Amino acid sequence: MSNATKRKNRAGRRSPLATVALLAIGLLSTGGAYALISGGTAEAQSDINSQQMIDEGEKLFSANCASCHGLNLEGSESGPSLIGVGAASVDFQVGTGRMPLAQQGPQGEEKPEQFTDEQTKALAAYVASLGPGPGLPDPRYLDGEGDAANGSELFRINCAMCHNVAGAGGALTEGKYAPAIDATPAHIYEAMVIGPQNMPVFNDANLSPEDKRDIITYLEFNRESPSPGGYVLGSLGPVAEGLFAWFFGLGAIVAIAVWLTAKSN
Amino acid sequence: MADDHGARDVVSAGQSARSVAVPVSASQETSVSPGLGVIAPDRFENPGIPPHQPRVTDLDPKKEKRAERTVYTLFYLSLAGSVFAIAAYFGFPIEENNIASTRMNNLMIGIGISLALLAIGIAAVHWGKALMPEEEMIDHRHPVIGSPATRARAVEIFDQANKESGLGRRSLLRNSLIGALVAFPLPAIVLFRDLYPGNQEDPVSALSHTMWKEGVRLTRDPSGTPIRASEVTLGSAFHVIPEGLDESEHYLEEKAKAAVLLMRLRPDELNEIEERKSWSYDGIVAYSKICTHVGCPVALYEQITHHLLCPCHQSQFDVTNHCEVIFGPAARPLPQLPIAVDDEGYLIAQSDFTEPVGPSFWERASVNDN
Repeated sequence: MSNATKRKNRAGRRSPLATVALLAIGLLSTGGAYALISGGTAEAQSDINSQQMIDEGEKLFSANCASCHGLNLEGSESGPSLIGVGAASVDFQVGTGRMPLAQQGPQGEEKPEQFTDEQTKALAAYVASLGPGPGLPDPRYLDGEGDAANGSELFRINCAMCHNVAGAGGALTEGKYAPAIDATPAHIYEAMVIGPQNMPVFNDANLSPEDKRDIITYLEFNRESPSPGGYVLGSLGPVAEGLFAWFFGLGAIVAIAVWLTAKSN
Repeated sequence: MADDHGARDVVSAGQSARSVAVPVSASQETSVSPGLGVIAPDRFENPGIPPHQPRVTDLDPKKEKRAERTVYTLFYLSLAGSVFAIAAYFGFPIEENNIASTRMNNLMIGIGISLALLAIGIAAVHWGKALMPEEEMIDHRHPVIGSPATRARAVEIFDQANKESGLGRRSLLRNSLIGALVAFPLPAIVLFRDLYPGNQEDPVSALSHTMWKEGVRLTRDPSGTPIRASEVTLGSAFHVIPEGLDESEHYLEEKAKAAVLLMRLRPDELNEIEERKSWSYDGIVAYSKICTHVGCPVALYEQITHHLLCPCHQSQFDVTNHCEVIFGPAARPLPQLPIAVDDEGYLIAQSDFTEPVGPSFWERASVNDN
């Protein structure tokens, strides 16, 4: 007791920990305030109905998209009309790099995105302002906290025939293909709502927002859980596995047969 | 050769020139005439067994020692593999709620066991090839038939057995034994009779009809909730089962026949057959999901090209043209389900499919009205 008192006195009025505590408080409050402010600005930015966003989007659209889709979204021979496609469609197509197209082909392919997230949102705001359409998804359906079992059943019934049961994608007709699903939850949700390119539409009457949340949950669960059966070979199923067995399994059998019958030198 | 020439010479000398073409001598009735063919003398002789070449392990004692070392090292390796497999069973256990542990467990035990077996096999073969004697020799076949003494002894044994058992003498014993043996498989026949579908529904009728009938609502798979026509927006694809499928006795069999894909196209894109104009509703069409080739579910729908692709054998169907086959092995278009809308706005079936769904079967032609 007396020792503790002595030490306190020696340090004077301030505790030796005071500096550290003060620094911590200062850093925390600055960081917290910044987080609050930046969070606030993020919200302000995602308010895609603001006039500023729409104007910004119009400029970007005229410079990058209008040559195919028309100055007033009316479309042309090179691209469809965008009236009424909604913000979700723009966010999906531009956000996954499918638009602007690299070239005309069987389908628009995923590639590194050409616009920042903010620019994408601005484009979406502009397109949405000229005709009502599906909006950006509500974040509470994107949290991946739904029912993975229900999502799995819905995925197998509605999606797996094209996208493969593990979401690894698959071939369609005439050079088209269903891509592997490695997109963000928002893009997965948007794809279901809008039915991009040749994918059918799964509107909220077909798969409710909760169903979509369950499907996203299943996909995330599937992506994160390791395969119990060993190396997945791209999850492509019998084609990849059969090819592996054909080359390595039969190859090994042929090699052993050759060795068995060869004369010892 | 000499005999051949001799025979021909004899024949040509004794008969007219014409008969030379068919020289059948009495002593050589089975031989075939060479006709005008030139018979080359058989120049090839049995080369016999090639000279024996000693192996390096026969000549060099060092090499022999090395081969021996390889073999016993492999045996020890196999031993280590077995021990490792046991250790792996305990070292990499399957944990509950951890799928990845199954993988590790199987992998490690598998490596151990395959090492144990493979090393024994390789070592045994190497032993045989490199160290055991390898002189070439001929093992002559012996005739299959036994010597007269052996055969006589065999008959004797049968006779003795017959006498001792009384099989030939005590006919009641023999006949009751035959009766028992004949009756023994009968229970199996009665039991396996259940596998025969004949005493159930007639398969032709079962294949020709599905759960769909007039007024049955189209419902979502798997929830079974009915679908309003207004909910099927342009470009949508709904996976459909008939209402009440959940309560049906043979759920899977019924679903396998009744599964339907519902799509909405722009009405002007549909090129409908005259008598099927009333089968769709405002661009909404319903087609059987069961491929007419071998019955895979056809559900890969492309909403812009309106192609339906079967993933099994790449048959393609054009939804705009009443699902006619545009590619692949399928022989017939997918059957269309006639649909309508009831008072509450829900989609209902007008009737069953008008033809059997799915792949062909022998009696299909007789039940197909189209």
